[in-house]
Amino acid sequence: MKKTITLDVNGVAETAEVEVGQTLLRFLRDGLDLTGTKEGCNEGECGSCMVLLDGRPVNSCLVLAVEADGRSVTTVEGLSREGVLHPLQKAFLSQAAVQCGFCTPGMVVSAAALLRENPEPTEDDVKKALAGNLCRCTGYKQIVDAVRDAAAAMRAGAVAGGEAGKPAEREEVPA
Amino acid sequence: MTDLLYWLQGPVPETEPPTAEMPPWGETKVVGKPVPRVDAYERVSGSAVYPLDFALPDMLHAAILRSPHAHARVKAIDTSAAEKMPGVRAILTAFSPGADVPWYRSRGRFYSKLFDERVRHEGDEVAAVAAETRAQAFDALKAIRVEYEEFAFVLDPRESLAPDAPLVHDGGNRYGEPARYERGDLAAGFAAADAVVEATYSTACEIHAPMEVHGSVAKWDGNRLTIWDSTQGVFVVQQMVAGALKLPLANVRVIGHYMGGGFGSKLEAGKYTVIAALLAKTTARPVKLFLTREEVFLNAGNRPANTMKVKIGAKKDGALTAIEFSSIGSGGAYPNGADTSFLATDLYTCPNVAAVDENVAINAGRARAMRAPGFPQGAWALEQAMDELALKLGMDPVALRLANVPKVSQRRGNLPYTSTGLAECLRDGAKAFGWETTRAAKKDDGPIRKGYGVAAGMWGYGGGPPARVVVKLFADGSVNVNAGAADIGTGTKTVMAQTVAEELGVPLEKIRIEHADTGTTQYSGPSGGSKTVPSDMPAARAAAVEVRTKLLAGAAEELKVPAAELKLEGADVVSTKDPAKKLAVTEVPALQRNQVIVGVGTRGPNVEGKVISMFAAHFAEVEVNVRTGEVSVTKLVAAQDSARVMNRLTFECQVQGGLVMGLGLGRTEERVLDRQTGKMVNANWHDYKIPTALDVPVAQEVLSAELVDTECNTAGAKGVGEPATIPTAAAIANAVRDAVGLRVHDSPITPPKLAALLAAAGKKG
Ligand code: FES
Ligand code: FES
Repeated sequence: MKKTITLDVNGVAETAEVEVGQTLLRFLRDGLDLTGTKEGCNEGECGSCMVLLDGRPVNSCLVLAVEADGRSVTTVEGLSREGVLHPLQKAFLSQAAVQCGFCTPGMVVSAAALLRENPEPTEDDVKKALAGNLCRCTGYKQIVDAVRDAAAAMRAGAVAGGEAGKPAEREEVPA
Repeated sequence: MTDLLYWLQGPVPETEPPTAEMPPWGETKVVGKPVPRVDAYERVSGSAVYPLDFALPDMLHAAILRSPHAHARVKAIDTSAAEKMPGVRAILTAFSPGADVPWYRSRGRFYSKLFDERVRHEGDEVAAVAAETRAQAFDALKAIRVEYEEFAFVLDPRESLAPDAPLVHDGGNRYGEPARYERGDLAAGFAAADAVVEATYSTACEIHAPMEVHGSVAKWDGNRLTIWDSTQGVFVVQQMVAGALKLPLANVRVIGHYMGGGFGSKLEAGKYTVIAALLAKTTARPVKLFLTREEVFLNAGNRPANTMKVKIGAKKDGALTAIEFSSIGSGGAYPNGADTSFLATDLYTCPNVAAVDENVAINAGRARAMRAPGFPQGAWALEQAMDELALKLGMDPVALRLANVPKVSQRRGNLPYTSTGLAECLRDGAKAFGWETTRAAKKDDGPIRKGYGVAAGMWGYGGGPPARVVVKLFADGSVNVNAGAADIGTGTKTVMAQTVAEELGVPLEKIRIEHADTGTTQYSGPSGGSKTVPSDMPAARAAAVEVRTKLLAGAAEELKVPAAELKLEGADVVSTKDPAKKLAVTEVPALQRNQVIVGVGTRGPNVEGKVISMFAAHFAEVEVNVRTGEVSVTKLVAAQDSARVMNRLTFECQVQGGLVMGLGLGRTEERVLDRQTGKMVNANWHDYKIPTALDVPVAQEVLSAELVDTECNTAGAKGVGEPATIPTAAAIANAVRDAVGLRVHDSPITPPKLAALLAAAGKKG
């Protein structure tokens, strides 16, 4: 059985006919070719499929596409704007918080959700927020450091009104 | 030794030594600097296309039917209902044309087939379906009727050789004769000892569990096959697929640009690759076949479980007199390495040593090389035994190890090492960790007990040929580097760009790497065994040096000075005698005439009469809750000897990752097989626990001994991936022993296991 859904994906209005059993993950990857969102397990265990649904982090392999009808979705592709990386992505890049990179999109999305709620997270806050995102390569240390660095950069940017902290970059995600 | 792990069969391929003189680098400008990855943008932005992301127009999706039984015979398969299912385009079984492909080769014999009528573990391949969608393919699998005749099975390697054990393979459950090693006189060595310790240790079976599942996309153009594969080595996949399908190597192109981790489990072609190719041939359409996460747990490799008996004797001053080591492990239902004795025979000076490795068959998924295959297991046993010995001798565990640091590789003909940093690792690590002060200040009260442990390790493979890299300098001064190696996340592309930039002075932004494509890039071994840096970087350096030599010769003609007088400075060629004599690189006539200058670099054999090895010492601090048996690892320090660090960022990231993988071995990871059914009961990430961000110690420090090694290769770097994970689990186990006075001999150290031991010893708080 199919159903037509309309949703906002990274600021673009999308209308599509989907199988009612199709997951949001599959719709994003196969239907919209947004392959930045990864599939690591398809059973809600690894976080590599993490996207923001109305601003909240969800494992998109556990959400049906039809559940996203009328809502807004942000994927890793939606974090950067015209080739300019989100401060989190910049920090992941400069901190070498990436090895194979397969977990990275999910990590960055989870971290973006955290920083929206908590612009000044402690190390523990970051670890808790990322506990659902598995990484087999990095050992997490650089990832946690990168998230805290990005948070600091965003706070500094917000105070100075600079590029990194531009509210727009966080406002993409409606509350 | 470990060469054999990375080559399918026959001798290791060679490449001729480079002709150019390449003196060791002195002060470097780019190499060694903490530069971000050259492909980091793609990786963090989500724009990197991994094989799992790859799609072709008109592509079909495939899925594999696997045996639900640990040991059975396929009596009959009925695919008639499945064939009529919506979207189904092809079904493959043992009886399909072209599917009679022998598989799992070892010692000149094949142990199975693509679809064998005898299935030897849960997850063995039985049939495959290609359909319009993935869901249709999985639905069709359910409609295939298979009749099995079930057999008795054996799951524990220690039971595999019992006289009444079920036979996994006709002819017996031994994969070859036990491998024996001996030197000196063991009995005399133990007789001379002042203290002897003896115990049995075991490690649980671990699963590689890379984040990207294994799989391939296959597409035919006439009799040419192209495969996009999540792999550590495109040329290995090419060789195996060409062999299986009886195709010329030149007709098989394997592409593996990005890949989501492998840790040794992607050093070979999977059956899935050949199945995808066969289904694509049958349907004349591209086919994508990726495993599910559960299939990866069942059938894409593991670090085998090992049981190891260690006996060590030493004099009062700590000098080792004898080591006896025996190990039994299992390659699984099909042969793969399960030996663990290397460390016991080579890490410490000891005149009298005997070791035996037994590798047997069981009815469980086949092992594949997993990050330092055999070494973390060997370290778990040997380094805990060393800890016991230190206790018995009343010696500091660091001092005991320092008393036995070897100058030569006793296992390998008493040859000296090109460099050996074991002592430095132990000393520097102890200092950074605060070994003496924290241990002295230790208090033993309350339910939370602190403990401190150390363990050492080494990795005995320093890379080597074959390696060939081509560097092209274009007329605008940009550079293309062409190499066959996969970048499995370690930073191969980045370090290679740094190597080339070092010699050519070109900024990293102007360097592009073409890699991991059998059709367009140079032949290379797979990326594994910590050998990519020591194997491929010397070749990259040689190629860049050749380009520079040609460029300077061209400039010399124009400037009318001898080439020997010229050097590269930024974007210019400048005379060292008269700075006024200079020419922009892009204006060198030879470059303009040909539009390109090409350099071909190769990697010659390793230095004769010496041995290349990497060393490490890891230190752990733990807190044990004696009420619950919970262990929290609060601090880890890794001191590594890899000689030159090519890039501090990627180096550190690898070591951090190695530590945390070692943490998994020590604390949480264990494949659990059900003795009633023979099935794996934790084939998912919920029940099979790999460490998460919450398990990582707050304090984690990485040190590098950074010895100058001018002999290991022309990059002066020894590699780091494997040694970074070898001693970690043993260091944690030793810290637990220090905390509670009890030793957990069997990995992982789980709360129930430790709580039971504490209760039995009356130590529960
Ligand atoms: S793919 Fe969704 S949690 Fe793993
Ligand atoms: S970087 Fe490879 S899984 Fe995280």
